[in-house]
Amino acid sequence: MSEKALRPPRPVASEGPLARAALIAVALVFLSLFLFLPLVVVFWEALRNGLGPYVAALAEPDALASVRLTLLVAVISVPLNLVFGVAAAWAVAKFEFKGKSLLVTLIDLPFSVSPVVSGLIYVLLFGAHGVFGPWLKSHGVEIIFAVPGIVLATVFVTFPFVARELIPLMQDQGSLDEEAALSLGANGWQTFWRITLPNIRWALLYGVLLCNARAMGEFGAVSVVSGHIRGLTNTMPLHVEILYNEYNSVAAFAVASLLALLALATLIIKTLLEIFYGDGLANSSRRH
Amino acid sequence: MDIRARDIVKNFHHGKGVAALAGVSLDVVSGELIALLGPSGSGKTTLLRIIAGLDYPNSGEVYFGEENASVKSVQERHVGFVFQNYALFKHMTIAENIAFGLEVRPRATRPPKTDIRKRALELLDLVQLTGLEKRYPAQLSGGQRQRVALARALAVEPKVLLLDEPFGALDAKVRRELRRWLREMHDRTGHTTIFVTHDQDEALELADRVAVLSQGRIEQVGTPDEIYDHPASAFVNTFIGESGELPVDIRDGKAWLGERALYLPVEGFANGPARLFVRPQDVEMGEWAHGAVMADVVGVRRTGATRRADIRLGDATIEMDTPADVTFSIGDKIPVHITRGRLFAA
Repeated sequence: MSEKALRPPRPVASEGPLARAALIAVALVFLSLFLFLPLVVVFWEALRNGLGPYVAALAEPDALASVRLTLLVAVISVPLNLVFGVAAAWAVAKFEFKGKSLLVTLIDLPFSVSPVVSGLIYVLLFGAHGVFGPWLKSHGVEIIFAVPGIVLATVFVTFPFVARELIPLMQDQGSLDEEAALSLGANGWQTFWRITLPNIRWALLYGVLLCNARAMGEFGAVSVVSGHIRGLTNTMPLHVEILYNEYNSVAAFAVASLLALLALATLIIKTLLEIFYGDGLANSSRRH
Repeated sequence: MDIRARDIVKNFHHGKGVAALAGVSLDVVSGELIALLGPSGSGKTTLLRIIAGLDYPNSGEVYFGEENASVKSVQERHVGFVFQNYALFKHMTIAENIAFGLEVRPRATRPPKTDIRKRALELLDLVQLTGLEKRYPAQLSGGQRQRVALARALAVEPKVLLLDEPFGALDAKVRRELRRWLREMHDRTGHTTIFVTHDQDEALELADRVAVLSQGRIEQVGTPDEIYDHPASAFVNTFIGESGELPVDIRDGKAWLGERALYLPVEGFANGPARLFVRPQDVEMGEWAHGAVMADVVGVRRTGATRRADIRLGDATIEMDTPADVTFSIGDKIPVHITRGRLFAA
């Protein structure tokens, strides 16, 4: 019997060892060049002069103000988009109505419009020479070059994240569970809280994480409406840009490293969730 | 409780413009187990959902007893609905699933927590799943999920039990067991029960009465015997049981297959062409005599206790059951007698 006949055949759908190694290498090189290396550079540059300047750059009042503003914007816009997103996904996934495809297109609009353009729209609407600008000014309401404008622009840009995460899942799930709950006597509110929400909770959480990451990191739209007033209307991404343009690269990368940490934290939370709860709904045996 | 559906019309806007239900009326007697039987697209599930209040008809009414239920929401109708894929809440334990209908009641009518739990456990006993209350739906087999779905529907003490393809997703053996079990449950609890199925064996074996639907209309309502032995239309005849079709001519008070007259009663049929439906057990091999016709054997196969032959009569091929010890083979010409058959106008 020849040795060839004894070798176990490999599965039909798998590649040879050489092709496999090549594919893995390509993926690894790409990931390290475009994802890992930039991340390392951010921290490398931030800590270039040691921990002292790094901490000093973060403790500086304008930097702290930008952190506070970024958190404030996220705290307002993420819950708003959580509610909007669930409502929009619910409407799209569970009901048939005229103009549904228009609604789906509108939900995607912020993805397809350049953030700068979406910022400009708010300037044209609420700016000093805009449509509602003079009226707002005479009533003492400031939107453009102030916090409300930044929140508006952020809400607009981050709107699709939650809805986009939920729509395919909710369409896939259909309305059977809801119908079952209704037939058992539950009202609409009980059905939502006890059936629909638990069914979508992980997708919802993931959507909120993405939405939050984008809300804190948004640059284009916020840049147009903010006016770049130091300590007042600068969010973290804007503050990074100003510092960088002033050749203050250690401070710029220090603030940037905070944003990078936020991204890392988002990733870690998401991974942990998947590990602990991933398919815990479909197969709950591990929790017992 | 009696249930009456009156002239239910339902059109779906999307679709081929065919009415899902084209004026359907159905009387269900209190305490009976009735099957809605039909091929897919016949409107049987739509009718069930309209009775439940999960869909609304374009016109027509549903009465629960003397009450017009059409104006009531699904919550107000107090029906127990078992969905085709059970729709168990997968994030809840079995006990929580069963208790759901009681937990969501308004505070005034909600039983205390301990009573709810007791009731859930009682129902688990009833559906023979004692001890599984802490499991999740994903940890049960298909047949067990089916029974949980039924227990959950019974927990709210429904006036009527509605089941949509209750055994559709189960394998043949579990299906037969559950069929018998459902019949026993029904006899014990006495709920008026309507179930939808496309499986004629299921309908005939399980139901007190069967309503056969086709293309949004009820073709016939009757006991399994009536449906099987006296089908009211050619559709019911072909849909229920196995049968072959022979084109015959009615003249001189007889049914003629080609040049041979068959011994079949033809009262009430006008002269001219007609369709004769024959079941495999209605054909017998016999002597060449009056009423016999010559058949070509084109296929023979063993089916359990009997042997079944494909025989050709003129241009039509029908099936015939014979005892297993009768031997003939493909290519033989044999005389056969058609002992029974159902005639319908062509």
